[in-house]
Amino acid sequence: MFADKSARGRIAVLATLASALALSACATTGGSGETASASASAKSDEKKFAATKAGDPVFASTYKPYPNVATAIRGATVYDGKGGTIQNGVVFMSGGKITAVGGPDTPIPADIAVFDGTGKFVTPGIIDIHSHLGDYPSPGVEAHSDGNEATSPTTPEVWAEHSVWPQDPGFSRALANGGVTALQILPGSANLMGGRSVTLKNVPARTMQGMKFPGAPYSMKMACGENPKRVYGARGRMPSTRMGNLAVNRETWLAAIDYANDPKAKRDLGKETLVGVLKGEILIQNHCYRADEMALVLDMAKEMGYKVAAFHHAVEAYKIGDLLRENDVCSAIWADWYGFKMESYDGILENAAFLQREGACVVIHSDDQNDIQRLNQEAAKAQAAGARVGIDIPDATVIQWLTYNAAKAMGIADMTGSLETGKMADVVLWNGDPLSVYSRPEKVWIDGALMFDAMNPKTRPVSDFELGQPGEGDVK
Amino acid sequence: MKRLLITAASVLALTATPAFAQDMVVTNARLVIGDGGAPIEGGVVIVDDGKVVFAGVPTPGQTFSTDTVIDAGGAWVTPGLFATVTTLGLADVSAVDESNDITARETPFSAALDAATAINPTSQHILVHKAAGITRAATSMVPAGSIFAGQGAIIDLDGDARPVMQARAFQMINLGEGGADRAGGSRAAAHVLLRSALREAQALVGKPGIPETTEIGKDDEVFLSRFDAEALVPVVTGKQKLYVAVERMADIRAVLALKTEYPKLDLVLVGATEGWLVASEIAAAGVPVIANGLNDLPETFEQLGATQSNAGRMAKAGVKVAINAESLQNPRRLQQVAGNLVALTRMPGASGMDWGKAFAAISSVPAEISGMGGKAGVLKPGALGDVVIWTGDPLEVGSVPTRVFIDGREQDLTNHQTRLRDRYIDLDESDRPKAYDW
Repeated sequence: MFADKSARGRIAVLATLASALALSACATTGGSGETASASASAKSDEKKFAATKAGDPVFASTYKPYPNVATAIRGATVYDGKGGTIQNGVVFMSGGKITAVGGPDTPIPADIAVFDGTGKFVTPGIIDIHSHLGDYPSPGVEAHSDGNEATSPTTPEVWAEHSVWPQDPGFSRALANGGVTALQILPGSANLMGGRSVTLKNVPARTMQGMKFPGAPYSMKMACGENPKRVYGARGRMPSTRMGNLAVNRETWLAAIDYANDPKAKRDLGKETLVGVLKGEILIQNHCYRADEMALVLDMAKEMGYKVAAFHHAVEAYKIGDLLRENDVCSAIWADWYGFKMESYDGILENAAFLQREGACVVIHSDDQNDIQRLNQEAAKAQAAGARVGIDIPDATVIQWLTYNAAKAMGIADMTGSLETGKMADVVLWNGDPLSVYSRPEKVWIDGALMFDAMNPKTRPVSDFELGQPGEGDVK
Repeated sequence: MKRLLITAASVLALTATPAFAQDMVVTNARLVIGDGGAPIEGGVVIVDDGKVVFAGVPTPGQTFSTDTVIDAGGAWVTPGLFATVTTLGLADVSAVDESNDITARETPFSAALDAATAINPTSQHILVHKAAGITRAATSMVPAGSIFAGQGAIIDLDGDARPVMQARAFQMINLGEGGADRAGGSRAAAHVLLRSALREAQALVGKPGIPETTEIGKDDEVFLSRFDAEALVPVVTGKQKLYVAVERMADIRAVLALKTEYPKLDLVLVGATEGWLVASEIAAAGVPVIANGLNDLPETFEQLGATQSNAGRMAKAGVKVAINAESLQNPRRLQQVAGNLVALTRMPGASGMDWGKAFAAISSVPAEISGMGGKAGVLKPGALGDVVIWTGDPLEVGSVPTRVFIDGREQDLTNHQTRLRDRYIDLDESDRPKAYDW
């Protein structure tokens, strides 16, 4: 099975990467202090060197909405992303924002572009909370393997955005086939603390900064379970067990708390990230499959004073839906991945439905360059599994799993993730029910700009890598 | 058993032969034959002695006798799905080495490996996929130490003591990037290894003028032992199918060209991501393809031309195309892939398949490619009595079987996943822990 290959492939990549980088690890870790050394003995007439201060914005987004025209879609079934449905609805966007959403009588100006959505559906742009596009791009050769800084069990100092290759053809497939308008790129799960994530607008760009979602908070990736203990245990170093995982995590948090309380501490990139988490400025996205381990993480978070935004790959979340609801933690899950590793052995199709039954937050994620193209179908599978055991989840709620809930767990729900007046005009027009296998995105707007139109081949992005290659510009 | 006499259906007046399976008739079905045609309303399927004896719309007034009548109530009724190529039955948890028989990196053997000897019929993956409507599968190891995966088997998924329908049904090799890597680092090395192996096999059947070596190896590694060469005799004599995994246009052409040197090879292409670029050549060669269904990314340099339209374009060119389960997250996604191929027919510039052909690509066509034509993946007289009744359109995401019959016998659809589902249908532990809830 592909899952088998995929899992093994990832393991192999980790192992190779780790051995390749081991030699240079001492040169690349512990990156502190290049800023402070110039100060103490410098004479007054000598140039002083200083980086920007901790917390100042760096690697700033240069993303700007692309030109748009005032546009309305009329006559479609509208899912607003927060559980609402409007039949024969109107979605009106102007100036890159949602201007109005309502029923058939919603007023729209006479001189704007109007699309007939009869028989079609409108949703907010789809959001994938868990992607490695750009960090594990296509082609997936070792030279492109930039998703795991697997040289130390904790690397909170690395930032996923510094690995993103904007030319990854996967971005355009996620746009055209999946209606994905925003996505969070996470470091991989080799490490207990894998580093910072970056949230991107899914627009083609020459630089990562050109995709960087303005105003999106950072998250930090953490990982439970098998991966960290395997990667580091295989090297005869800590952690090699789950108790080792927790011990290293707690020691690292305690050191960060000391750092936060020490006004004289030298800048430390890793600890800056951890302190950002403690302050609530940086969210935690925690790879964690097993119910018992999620409960341990929640206790650790209480001990250290931080909050988990979402457990990712939470295959066993259904066993503790009550606990997750009480802690206000989202579960970012697949519909049907199971059984490829020990901690995925208890995966069931009803996971999302059981969480929804408990009133816990559900997000459907991909962690996959192919599944990101069909998150709507994954959600439909999870919905159907619930219906078979008497848990009827409205279509509009299922769409919320892919839109508002994802945005909420990424800290961008005040800007996107639902069709509400004043929000970014990130919108998908589907050629049929988005929860049917037979439907596909027909048009996708990002900040009101039409970035994909199935009816117009020239609106299909072609990355630099694809130029001159077989199938360039094909519908793919 | 006392037989019921039923009117309004079939062609047969069945004689009272001792049945190894309970005879049954399914009536009032939205019936899918599996041969590429559209669904038939008001269809009937009759199974006798484990075999299909009738499927279609009965002539009014005709009678037949049976033990069991199942009124499908207008539900979709199809043949069991045929999954090719899979690793079903070869691993419990693939990342747990001890439970994984899919690869054998450390063995000196390659082509001689026989997947049939390793199959566990009660593997949870088999039980889960039976519940997803898959009743037969081609299952194979994956090449690890050599370009040869070994000999794959055709299995049923009924979980009984005899999962293997046909052992050593095909040999599988990789002649793409993976094969090149395993042969020493170049496609050139893979092709020499293949040719030398086939010549060794020919020597074993007495073809004159061909040198015989004891083994092919390098340093401590054995690429081909005498046992492997022997295992390739049925390949070179055309008695066993040769599945060749390749993706790139040039690699596909190189595979097709093998027929000029070894005319008896019974070739099947697996993967063939760039098949659409040489679709007419594949069609002309009469070589079927087990195609990656939706791959549209250049995940490797041999897949630069990847497109979801690949299967549809090849089919349009006259290639016999089945969907490759091995390229999916799990084989139960076959129906989802087929549904997506239908969706592509609505996209300008894309190629997909109509509903009937898409369903055939996961039922009768893979069965035909596997040597089970007319027996599996289809509801026609003489076919195995594999019948599935569905909650809805079987190509729609979320549709699952309500009942599955294999060889005319109703299957228990319980498995680890359904047991977990039933345990956690609520979180009530007020009386006792969940461990007592079973």
